[in-house]
This record gives sequence, C-alpha cells and structure tokens, in this order.
Amino acid sequence: MSAVATPARPSSGGMNVKLVNRIVIYGLLALFALFYLMPLFVMLVTSFKTMDEIQNGNMLSLPKAPTFAPWLKAWGETCVGLTCAGIKGYFWNSIKMVVPAVLISTMLGALNGYVLTKWRFRGATLVFGLMLFACFIPFQSVLLPMATILGSLGRFGVTLQNTFGTSFGLGNPTVNLVFVHVVYGIGFTTLFFRNYYEAFPTELVKAAQVDGASFFQIFRRIMLPNSMPIFVVTVIYQFTNIWNDFLFASAYAGTGDAMPMTVALNNVVNTSTGVVEYNVNMAAAMIAALPTLLVYVLAGRYFVRGLMAGAVKG
Amino acid sequence: MSSVATTQIKLTPERSRASVRSRLQDALPKIVLAPSFAITIVFVYGFILWTIYLSFTNSKTFPSYAITGGRAYQRLWRWTFDTDPPSSWYTSITNMGIFGFLYILICLALGLFLAILLDQKIRGEGVLRPIYLYPMALSFIVTGVAWKWFLDPGLGLEQTLHQWGWTSFHFDWIKNKDFVIYTVVIAGVWQASGFIMAMFLAGLRGIDGEIMKAAQIDGATTFQLYRRIVIPLLRPIFLSAFIVLAHLAIKSYDLVVALTSGGPGGSAWLPSNFMYEYTFKRNEMAVGSASAVIMLMTIVAIIVPYLYSELREKPR
Repeated sequence: MSAVATPARPSSGGMNVKLVNRIVIYGLLALFALFYLMPLFVMLVTSFKTMDEIQNGNMLSLPKAPTFAPWLKAWGETCVGLTCAGIKGYFWNSIKMVVPAVLISTMLGALNGYVLTKWRFRGATLVFGLMLFACFIPFQSVLLPMATILGSLGRFGVTLQNTFGTSFGLGNPTVNLVFVHVVYGIGFTTLFFRNYYEAFPTELVKAAQVDGASFFQIFRRIMLPNSMPIFVVTVIYQFTNIWNDFLFASAYAGTGDAMPMTVALNNVVNTSTGVVEYNVNMAAAMIAALPTLLVYVLAGRYFVRGLMAGAVKG
Repeated sequence: MSSVATTQIKLTPERSRASVRSRLQDALPKIVLAPSFAITIVFVYGFILWTIYLSFTNSKTFPSYAITGGRAYQRLWRWTFDTDPPSSWYTSITNMGIFGFLYILICLALGLFLAILLDQKIRGEGVLRPIYLYPMALSFIVTGVAWKWFLDPGLGLEQTLHQWGWTSFHFDWIKNKDFVIYTVVIAGVWQASGFIMAMFLAGLRGIDGEIMKAAQIDGATTFQLYRRIVIPLLRPIFLSAFIVLAHLAIKSYDLVVALTSGGPGGSAWLPSNFMYEYTFKRNEMAVGSASAVIMLMTIVAIIVPYLYSELREKPR
C-alpha cells in the first residue's frame, strides 16, 4: 500500500506556485502530526516529572530532572480503590485474560472460516451473516443477561467447590471474561479467516480429498501452513480489542482483585483521596497503553490490515 | 468458485465398510461449526430477546419476569421531551446527536483531507502515516486520561497558553456542562480520524492513474480533478467509513467515562452510559433494558442493510 506511488501529475502552474504548494502541504501535514503526537508527548513528559514541577511548570516543557519514581509508584504502590499495591497485579490480570481469549477465539475463527469456505453447505451464508452481525451489536443489549448467567454459574461454582473441592473455574472473574471475549470475538475472527480462505485455491483442498486426506488433515497440513499472515492479523486485532475493552471488564470484574488493566487505570485516575498525583496517573496510563503500542510499532502493517478487514469486507 | 466447493467428492467406494466413517466425515464440518453457531444463537440472539423481554417488565434491582407492558418505553418517551430540567435520557440522546454528527463529519472530512495531502508524493509518508494512526491502538480509557489532562483548565492547555502570555485565553469545556460533549468529540476525532485517513488513502491508491491523466489532459485543475473525479470514485469508502464511524459512535461508552466521568451532573452521557447507570447503579433494570433495545435498533437500521448488500454480492 505504501510502496505504490501515484503516477506523476504534471502541474499547470509555474515553479513558484509549485514550491509554495509544497510548503503549504508539508506545513499542514506537520501541523497535524503535532496534533496527533501532542497528547502522547504530554502524557510521557508528565510521567517523568515531579509533582512540584507539574504544578509550577509548563505542561509542554521537558522534565528538568527526569525521575522514574512515578512509574515505580504506579507499578508497585499506587492506590486502586482501597488497596495500595500498584497496578502490577491488574496488568497480569489482563495478560491472563487476553492470552487464552485471543488463542481460543482465533483458533475457532480459523476452523469456522475453513468450514464456511471449503465445506460449504446450504445456509452457510445465513450462518455467517448471523455470526457477523453479532460483531456489531451494542454490547449493552446482552450485558444484563450475561451478568445474570455468570452470576448463576458463580453460585453453581460455589456448590461445586463445596462438594468437590474445586469450582472448575466457574465464578472466577478472569475465566468469565475469557468466556465473554471468546463469545463476542468469534464473529470477527470468523470473518477474517473466511475472507482469507475464500481466496485460497479450492483445487488444493479437492486434490487432497481425492488423495484421501481427512477434514482435519487438510486443515492441519494445507490450510494452517498457509495462514500465517491472517493469524498475525487476527491475533493482533483480538489482542488490541480485548486488552482495551472496558465495558465487559467493568461489568463483570469491576471490583476486587480480578479487574483488568483498563478498569484499574480508570480507578487510579478517579481515586480522589488526598493530592491527585498526575505524574503517577500518567505513568499508569502509559503502562496500560504500552502493550498495544508495542504491538503497533512492531507489527503496524498487520494492525492496519486487521482494522481494514474489520471495516471493509470482501 | 462457490459451485466447485459445494460439490464434494465422495471418496469411499467400499460403502459397506466405511459408511459410518464417511457419514461422520461428511457431517464433520457442520459439527465443527456447530459450537460457534450455537454460542452465537444463545449468547447473542437469545440474550437480545431476553433483554427485550426484560424491557417489558417491571424489573428494578432484580429481574422480574411478569410482563407489565411498555411502561419503560413510555417513560423514555416522556423523558425525550423533558427539557426543563432536561432528563438524563434527553441529555443522552441530544448528546448522541451532537456527538454522532460532529464525530462522523469531522472524521470523514479530516480523514479525506489528510489522505489527499499524503497522496501528493510526500517524502516521509512512511513516518507520518503511523503517527496519524497510532491513537487507534490505544484504549479509550488511555485516550480519555490523556485528554482529560490536556484539556484541564488548571494544568493543561489553558494554563500553558497563560504562561506563554495569552492570559485572556479561556477554555474550560471539560468542566462546563453545556460544552463537555464537544470535548468527547475532540478526543474521539483524535482517536479515529487517522484510521479513516488510512481507509481513504487505500482508496486513493486504488484509483486508476489513467483516469487522472485523461482528466488532466482535458485541462482539469487539481481541485476539479478531486471534486469531479476522485471523490465520486471514493463513494464505497465513504460508505464503509460511515458505517465504521456510526457504529463506533453508538457504542461509545469508555471515552465518556474516562474523559469526563459522565460530566457535571451526567451532562456528557451518551445512551450507552445511560443504559449502564440505570441498569447497574440506579436499579431501573427495565428502563435500562429499554434503552439498550433502542440502541440496538439504531445499529440494526444502519448495519443490516449494509451487511445484507455485502453478503449478497459475495458469490461471484
């Protein structure tokens, strides 16, 4: 996408007009780059300043004596609600939630996409349409029933705990969130894989069938080895979405030790006991943003492809 | 292609021995797809019906399952016109209108503008594009925290400009109940416009250069070229971008929470915030469900025709 340059367009004006045009264009582009970078810049410099410098200094100035203390405090000491043990626990909560949710939903999406393109049956499009629409619903319309169901599963988990000594994960907020994210994520993962496999040569699958390969053999030996790009796209898309989720997280793990990073960050920022430590807040926000930013920096191309695939189908 | 895929090749001549196995092989694809489909039916469509059902009951703190008619909707309807003082619902849907309109319009305009600028054979495009796009990787909570700080009158932009000597500058929208929703627009546009830019840029790169050349030979100015030829060719992108933005706008929830904490007196609420507050905090479950149903209907009206046309076109 980036490598393709547009064909030369001869300009009608003279040399001067052209130069002025270029200056205006570059000026505007630079101005907008500032607009996009500003909040991140402010967040970053603030996180390295002392409170004294924040209150008396300029928001945009670089820290005079950069200090790492706000980051350490955000990670290990700051108060989330009433417990003051930093956000590190919540960071790990998010990891524990994101990894299984991403893996399960991606794997299911791959299988679904494979079935929907290479083993078509009557009504496949309807099935896909119903699953696809599920991606777009406002989650408010399922929030309450899901809370009710998770609540009863939790009570059942307590019974199991008392009878067998283990609840099998029922009622565990992290397990609940993994489940919720898988349920509401398979629409997108199926979409990604379906569109990718649609372009995959069906002849190969047919040839393998003639050779007697089974459903799963074809999937494992032919489809999977050729699916690397779409796996990367899907994993990144799911990772970003689930890591950044706030609605489900606050509804099903909004209090207590199991809350994910986004909820914890919101609590840190809105904790109103004593002086508001802006530098710690900003450091906490940076920590919450780092995993997805890192993925973006390392694999931006795939990130954009995922967004596009989620937006423009076909 | 689709016709090829549907005619499966049966590869079992010895039917007697392998009939059970081959039957299983035939059913296997459906068995694999079934759990996902069942989950979707139950947890999406079943739950939607459940929510609709609840909206016709008298549920308060706990669900009650006796149908009591459309009272929740009547209340929402009455609140729609409660302007003095404005009801939370009135505030939410008015905000939705303001936010939705400005957010979509500005993102489209800014995205197109930046895409056209970037399409002028810019040196350093590879640096600029990721800069415009990175906010999309952040969570709304982080965006909200960053902009809350940036727009804070005492510490952010206003204070900075005062220090630089522009002491009459005044910008307290984030604390002002009449303007707080516009700060949500600013942060929302900041986050999504880069992505819309990327969509338009991909569209621009897909336009056939020959058409442009032909128009230029006919003496079209650059402005005419874009107005008459390029922008009409981008129509499908406009549609996709509109769908994405409308969908993001209606689902917006986190940004309002993180940026404004709901604003003074709930003045920054969107319907999604209304639903959450009424369902989980104010113990008005039926009203909350009714508002969720209204949100869903709005999305359905936008998405279903779009998906229908997309899926219809598919079998080429």
